[in-house]
Amino acid sequence: MSEVPTELKFLSSHEWVLVEDNVATVGVSDHAQELLGDLVYIELPETGSVVAAGDSVGVIESVKAASDTYAPISGEVIEVNEDLEDAPDRINVDPYGDGWMYKMSIEDPEELENLLNAEAYTESIADDE
Amino acid sequence: MGNKTPLYQCHLDAGARIVDFAGWDMPINYGSQLTEHEVVRSDAGMFDVSHMTVVDVSGNNAMAYLQYLLANDVARLGTRGKALYSCMLNEQGGVIDDLIVYYLRDNFYRVVINSATREKDLAWLAQQGQNFTDINIRFRDDVAMIAVQGPRAIEKSLALFDEHQQQALSQLARFQGAEFDDCFVARTGYTGEDGFEILMLSDRIADLWDRLLAAGVAACGLGARDTLRLEAGMNLYGSDMDETTSPLISGLSWTVAMKDERDFIGRQALQAQKDEGLQQSFVGLLLLDKGVLRNHLKVVTAIGDGEITSGSYSPTLQQSIAMARVPTGASGEVEVEVRNRLLKAKIVKLPFVREGKSMLTNEG
Repeated sequence: MSEVPTELKFLSSHEWVLVEDNVATVGVSDHAQELLGDLVYIELPETGSVVAAGDSVGVIESVKAASDTYAPISGEVIEVNEDLEDAPDRINVDPYGDGWMYKMSIEDPEELENLLNAEAYTESIADDE
Repeated sequence: MGNKTPLYQCHLDAGARIVDFAGWDMPINYGSQLTEHEVVRSDAGMFDVSHMTVVDVSGNNAMAYLQYLLANDVARLGTRGKALYSCMLNEQGGVIDDLIVYYLRDNFYRVVINSATREKDLAWLAQQGQNFTDINIRFRDDVAMIAVQGPRAIEKSLALFDEHQQQALSQLARFQGAEFDDCFVARTGYTGEDGFEILMLSDRIADLWDRLLAAGVAACGLGARDTLRLEAGMNLYGSDMDETTSPLISGLSWTVAMKDERDFIGRQALQAQKDEGLQQSFVGLLLLDKGVLRNHLKVVTAIGDGEITSGSYSPTLQQSIAMARVPTGASGEVEVEVRNRLLKAKIVKLPFVREGKSMLTNEG
C-alpha cells in the first residue's frame, strides 16, 4: 500500500496539494511514482505562468512512460522546484517532501472544494493497488 | 489472471511489481529498474525468461527443414552446442519472429522463440513441417529458463554446478551451449553482457533461482531487460520489426544468409527488395536535448521523415537513446518530434553500450 497523507488534497490524476497561508504546494502522489517507476525527466511550468484548473502544465517521464501533470486549481505559479530538473528521482524517494513540484497562488479558494480528500483518493486508487 | 511461470511465487517473495506481458504475469521490477539495470552492467543479475517458447526439432530432415524455415543458415552451426540468431520470415519477407537456434547434436536442434508470438509461431512451424518427412517438432512446455547476465554472472553461477559441469562451462565459448543430464546452459543473452542462459525442467527452476539469489545474483525485471537490450542495440520483436517489415530495413541484414543458392521462405522477396534498392535504413539515435525518446515518434531528417521503433532512457549513458527507421542516406543531426516540439538528436552507430562501456565516439 502506498502512503496517502491525510492533510493533503488530491486529484484523481494523482497530483497532491498542500494548502498553507494561501499558497498551494503541488506534487505527485506516492502511488503515482510507484506506478511510473524510476523518473528520469521532468518538465515543470515556468515561474510566473498563469494556469487554470485542469490545464496540462508539465510532463513527468519515467524510464517506462511519460505522464502529463495537471494544475489542480487556477492561479499563478510562484515557485518551481528546480532541483528536480537534475534529480527527478527525488519524486521517487520523497514524493511528499523533497519531491514537491511547484507552488502556486490560489485564485479561487472554492476550487479547493473540488479536490479529493485522502479517503476519497485512497478509494480511487484501490483498484490499482 | 495471466499465465504464470514456475518462478511466479519467487517474484512475489522478492517484492516484484507484476505486470501483464503478452498474457503473462511477469515482474517489471523489484523496486528500481535503474538499480537492476546497473547491477547487470557492473555485477550480476538474473531474469526469469520462462515465458519464452522452447521447441526441439529433431529427425533426419531437421537441418533441411530449418534451412528452409530460417533466413540464417543452420549449416553454419559446425560444432555441438553452437547457437545462431535468425529471423523466421513469411513469403513477403516480413519477420514472423526472431529466434535463437542451438545445434545440440546430429539431427537435433533447439529453437527458442518469443512468448507473445507463441501461437502463431507454433502454427507456422507445424504448417511448414508438413512439407518434410521424418521431422519431429516438440514444444517444450515442461522447461523453464533463467538468464544470468553481467560481468560477474559466470563466476557467480559456476559455483552452483558440479565439478564436471564447471569444467565444461568454464571452457564454453560465447554463443555456445552445453547439454547436461539435468540442464542446458548457453553463453548467450539479451543484455550486451556476458552470462549464461540456463534451461531446466520447470519443477526444479525455483531451486536454481534461490541458489542464484544466495550466490549474490540480483533479481531483475523486464523493465531493466528492455533498457539493457536497447543499449546493446538488440532488436525487440513487435517494436523494431514485425510481419510488415523486412530484416533488411531492421538492422538485421547480417542475419540473412543469401550468399549461396539455399532456398528459404522469404528469399525471393528479399532479393526483389535488394534489386529495387532499400529505401530505409535502421539506425541508432542519441538525444542531444533533454527529454525521453519513445516508440513511434517522428524523426525529421534532411531527406525525409522516419520513425522511432524503440526509444527509452539509457541509464549507462544518462541520456535518451532510440533505434529508428529513417530514409536511406540520412546521417548526422536530426530532429525528433516530441509533444509538438522538435528536439535535437544525432544518428549514431549501434550498439550504444557493450560490456558496460559506452560505444559512442565523436563521429557523426
